[in-house]
Amino acid sequence: MHSILKTSLAAFVAAGVSATAAFADAHASLSGDLRIISDMSNPAPRAVMEGMVADFGALHPDLNVELTIVDREAWKTQIRNALGANPPDVVNWYAANRMRPYVDAGLFADISDLWAEPEFEALASTKGAMTLDDKQWGVPYTYYQWGVYYRKDIFDQFGLSEPTTWEEEMANCQTLLDNGVKCYTIGTKFLWTAGGWFDYINSRTNGYDFHMELARGEVPWTDDRVRQTFANWRQLIDMGAFIDDHQNFSWQEALPFMLNGDAAAYLMGNFAVAAMRDGGLTDDQLDFYQFPVINPDVDYAEDAPTDTFHIASGAQNMDAAKEFLRFVTSADVQTKINGGDALGQLPVNANASIDADKFLEQGFDMLSNNAGGGIMQFFDRDFDAEMASVGMEGLQEFMVFPDNLDDILERLEETRQRIYQ
Amino acid sequence: MSVSPAVPSTDATQPQRSWYKRNEIAITPWLFLLPAMLFFAVYVIIPIGQSFWISLHDWDGLGEKTWVGTANYERLLGIGDQNIDRKFEVSFWNNLRWLVLYLLAIPAGLFIALFLNQTVTGIRLYKSLFFFPFVISQVVVGLVFSWFYLPNDGLFDVITGWFGIDIRGGVLGNPNTATYGIIAAGLWPQTAYCMILYLTGLNAVDPEQVEAARLDGAKGRKMLWYVILPQLKPATFIAFVVTIIGALRSFDLISVMTNGGPFGSTRVLSFYMFEESLSEFGFRMGYGAAIAVVLFFIMLGFIVYFLWSMYQDEKGAR
Repeated sequence: MHSILKTSLAAFVAAGVSATAAFADAHASLSGDLRIISDMSNPAPRAVMEGMVADFGALHPDLNVELTIVDREAWKTQIRNALGANPPDVVNWYAANRMRPYVDAGLFADISDLWAEPEFEALASTKGAMTLDDKQWGVPYTYYQWGVYYRKDIFDQFGLSEPTTWEEEMANCQTLLDNGVKCYTIGTKFLWTAGGWFDYINSRTNGYDFHMELARGEVPWTDDRVRQTFANWRQLIDMGAFIDDHQNFSWQEALPFMLNGDAAAYLMGNFAVAAMRDGGLTDDQLDFYQFPVINPDVDYAEDAPTDTFHIASGAQNMDAAKEFLRFVTSADVQTKINGGDALGQLPVNANASIDADKFLEQGFDMLSNNAGGGIMQFFDRDFDAEMASVGMEGLQEFMVFPDNLDDILERLEETRQRIYQ
Repeated sequence: MSVSPAVPSTDATQPQRSWYKRNEIAITPWLFLLPAMLFFAVYVIIPIGQSFWISLHDWDGLGEKTWVGTANYERLLGIGDQNIDRKFEVSFWNNLRWLVLYLLAIPAGLFIALFLNQTVTGIRLYKSLFFFPFVISQVVVGLVFSWFYLPNDGLFDVITGWFGIDIRGGVLGNPNTATYGIIAAGLWPQTAYCMILYLTGLNAVDPEQVEAARLDGAKGRKMLWYVILPQLKPATFIAFVVTIIGALRSFDLISVMTNGGPFGSTRVLSFYMFEESLSEFGFRMGYGAAIAVVLFFIMLGFIVYFLWSMYQDEKGAR
């Protein structure tokens, strides 16, 4: 009796499953396991990732999706081991040069065929950042603008307006300093924040093309144009525009200076907005402007780092992995995951819509209409890894001891010659 | 001497003893040693050889190794027409600073142990309070001290402010003071460790000798130097060993407190090795291995000394 019941139950379940599977998916029905390792470990991204996997699983009921979420910082060192032995099917990583080691080692799968599909034309804006050696190695799921986030109430108090030129910028800053407010907060303990400043001042001084030539190691660091960048930067440092002792702070630890009104602005990525809102700033107090023009002859170039998904070359379930990449880049999913209640960033798919958030709207407008120079991925993604680490250390030293510039540039040049020989 | 084949030889049982039984005395010690030797080889000896082998290659940890001979060492030490690797130079001198200043933990531990070695109500509580920093994790020690050192708000900055001293950038933000700041943080738990070693050593001091010395009129500093300290020699030796080892593996504090900065001024060799080979922008395994080999030879100097003095002790005891 018992066994009869069990068999019939099993038959019933099996029938049910196959029925739903048949209805659910118009594409080829996927089965087996899909293993994903994600670095979206902060609370909001984590919820997004888990939601995305649940939705994908609902579309493909025969597929067993296994999601592992790894701490974002830890993933930067773990990805090697994860891809090396018993690799998962899909992983998170970053665009541009940061892909290079894994592409060279043959650990990322070439997905140029996916990019050849018509749906991927909507992602054309980031195709360049996903391309190495004329092939594409991953897909973007989100990106975010960089720019100057400032305390509008403080600006209003001293009658300042958003600067568009370097002269206005310097004048604003002088007014703020005269009133005992630092112009910029920054925390350089983990170095990369200084990289953002270099990206902007260098690309505004010498243009996007020169910046990328420097990133590819084609220009010496001792070049006069590089020195001009540092000379411009030094104007701010010498007037005391940045908060003191910034080498002690992480970017989060530097936030209170802005929240308390000791500093008026922060050059940061859009991810900082959530932290600023959590810190008690309302949208009336907080606003955004594009980094001002320094050299009127060069076009605006903007930092807009892209976060990505990749397929491991050792993936066991290639069909399911590719289907997942199609899923995350589709317009609907991109709209959903980048919304203000989810990641709060910009969708890459041109057909996706942007959430009604003043920073997202401004950022999207800036990147679409006012970044004619080009899109930079960020100092540590555009430059070679070793060059980036030596470089950012030099940038930090420059911000604290600007007199050491000659020594710093010589050191960077020595490194460049060794790496790009 | 007539041979009588009818009588079976009593020796006939001898060849029947197994091979193991015959060699038992010689083999058993090796059998007992075997597991330890196996693990020591797999986890210590072979990896040392592998590190040395990797250090002769250019390798990103994933792809093919490229043989470069001694090029990594030449770059590290600046042999030929290149400058010495400045990061290596800084790390090396910082390592020496750690080695020398960390030894302060030994006299400090001795002093506290002498101070606590008395019978007062609640002495156990005081002892455990002094031992406390050794129990908590190094990461926590590092965090506590980095708050202590914070510019403007940190307690240390407030105290130095009373004396009109202002360290530019804060203790950990100033390249001239950062390493000393971290060493001071490391001395806190290390002193506690040395104190415990001396406290147990003081328990073993022979009261009759102290009594005899007292009858002879020894007291104070002379008593300490001629009577107590010689009896504490084993404790001093162990304290020395653990302190040297502690100084050479000073990794966690640096990682937590400054992450090698500001501008790399607090790196030591072990941290530099980690940065080159395993960190976010690293994966130059060959170069990292070369640093590891240099560090190994520095350690080897101490290891040989320790082994030699232990050997001398054993010889003396025989």
